[in-house]
Amino acid sequence: MAEKVLMKGNEAIGEAAVLAGCRYYFGYPITPQSELPAYLSKRLPEVDGVFVQAESEVAAINMVYGAGSAGARVMTSSSSPGISLKQEGISYIAGAEIPCMLVNVVRGGPGLGNIAPAQSDYWQATRGGGHGDYRTLVLAPNSVQEMADMTVAGFEFADRFRNPVLLLSDGVLGQMMEPVTLPDPVDYDVNSKKWALGYNGKEKSERNLCSSIFLDVDELEEHNWHLYQKYQVMTDLFSTGEYKDFAVEEHLCDDAEIILVGYGIISRILKTVVEKCRKRGIKAGLVRPKVLWPYPAQVFERLAKTANQFLVVEMSCGQMVEDVKLSVNGKKPVYFFGRTGGTIPSDFEILNEVDKLVRPD
Amino acid sequence: MKKIFSRPESMSKKPFHYCPGCDHGVVHRLIAEVIDELEIKNRTIGVAPVGCSVFAYDYFDVDFNQAPHGRAPAVATGIKRVRPDSIVFTYQGDGDLAAIGTAEIIHAANRGENITAVFINNAIYGMTGGQMAPTSLIGMKTQTSPYGRDAATAGHPIHMSEMIATLESPVYVTRVTVNNPANLMKTKKALLNAFTLQKEGKGFSFVEVVSTCPTNWGKKPTDAHKWLTENMLPVFKLGTFKDTQGVEKS
Repeated sequence: MAEKVLMKGNEAIGEAAVLAGCRYYFGYPITPQSELPAYLSKRLPEVDGVFVQAESEVAAINMVYGAGSAGARVMTSSSSPGISLKQEGISYIAGAEIPCMLVNVVRGGPGLGNIAPAQSDYWQATRGGGHGDYRTLVLAPNSVQEMADMTVAGFEFADRFRNPVLLLSDGVLGQMMEPVTLPDPVDYDVNSKKWALGYNGKEKSERNLCSSIFLDVDELEEHNWHLYQKYQVMTDLFSTGEYKDFAVEEHLCDDAEIILVGYGIISRILKTVVEKCRKRGIKAGLVRPKVLWPYPAQVFERLAKTANQFLVVEMSCGQMVEDVKLSVNGKKPVYFFGRTGGTIPSDFEILNEVDKLVRPD
Repeated sequence: MKKIFSRPESMSKKPFHYCPGCDHGVVHRLIAEVIDELEIKNRTIGVAPVGCSVFAYDYFDVDFNQAPHGRAPAVATGIKRVRPDSIVFTYQGDGDLAAIGTAEIIHAANRGENITAVFINNAIYGMTGGQMAPTSLIGMKTQTSPYGRDAATAGHPIHMSEMIATLESPVYVTRVTVNNPANLMKTKKALLNAFTLQKEGKGFSFVEVVSTCPTNWGKKPTDAHKWLTENMLPVFKLGTFKDTQGVEKS
């Protein structure tokens, strides 16, 4: 096994991308993700890769569109306001079915907000963000190790589904240092995609086109249903298929009366809360979605039969809670506790909320 | 019988959707002839814009990306960085390149991307129905300047070639037109120069073609070039603004 190294989350994403065969990065500076482009601006030239600091997020995502069209494993990263700017390009990339890796190190919003960690981009991440009938696969790590592992997995998923993959992180995970075991390097061939522009194995009579325009209404409807079918396949694979264990982590849920739900950095605080609850005789459990779209609804459908109630905790005014409510489907009450604006809730605060629910008197 | 004139190999057989008197088809053909002559068909990648030429990919028998409005130079940057041996060209109109995509074209030029940008300047938005463009002439009546373009509120026509020529990196910046056979041949030569420079790895080349839009100008196809000659050419002066490799002298 490879040795452990101490890395910042943002840098771990960068190194994992290189190990996954990514040789192209296009980005624009924004806090709190700057360590990632800084790392890759140094690292990519060492492996004959390309780092371009674009003139804007809009340009960066379109460079990704171009590089992905040409068959490369390519990545961009940004933080909330910058991801808003990239949405036009992400919609085109999804429509044209170009694989690529996107990273959002989420900060407080709306507007310029602040540079503190937040989870207020959940809706943007899981509901598309850009225009049109499309979906983005959304991965939510909660450690530096997972930031590395999910980056590698993300490139694989992107290629497999010909779809953009978004790594949804936050300012805490991006900035914190933890030991990480780096993944094994992947040998990626830029000529492995037959549909790519400039693919060198083509017959003379063939040509490739990367496009999201279907002017004829019947053609666009057919294309949209084709995308929908692909999203259904993804949903099946992440709920009951080969990635079902990748998609969600459950902790002490079997006998739990109250299920705490949280993703990313919150899930680590919730683990502490669950432990403290257990010490106090409260049967608490934790569900941590690691994939935010497709959402692991099947876990909630099952636990709604055994648990009494759910408490969703987020660093927002309540966004993922809607997916939990949809999944629980009215069978049990779903409560919410959140802090926003860049504030991280303490285990004590959350414990208080649990107490109120479990012991209402 | 000897065949002396035919469709360039790099053109598809699809009939143009362009209006009568529009210059897009002429410029498409010249580009295809240049691709044929340089024998680069199998390694050329085009980037289509948003606008009337959104379907440019249908008319060239080469690989293509269809880019978001204004973003073709950024998309081309991504393609060229991955495939440095390919010949990458963008094809954009004035709304696409000189309004929404100003940042992308300026910075691709300033980075000296080894690509060729073809800029069709007909002083109007064609596909959306004839709105005022950044290159519309002072006093020009369009759907969104019904009283004529007023410099006091809408500014002056943007001279993209002159702007780009102020940058250090571009190697070739020229403005041409296809209003008569002599100028058409000059346009062909300019495109040949630009693609040759890219083929030789010299850097960013920019060819602006002053063009017609009879439909949205409200002109007969036969009057469009006359209007272009009398009204556009005094504002958009033909000429080469930058030629660091001296291709026009050789």
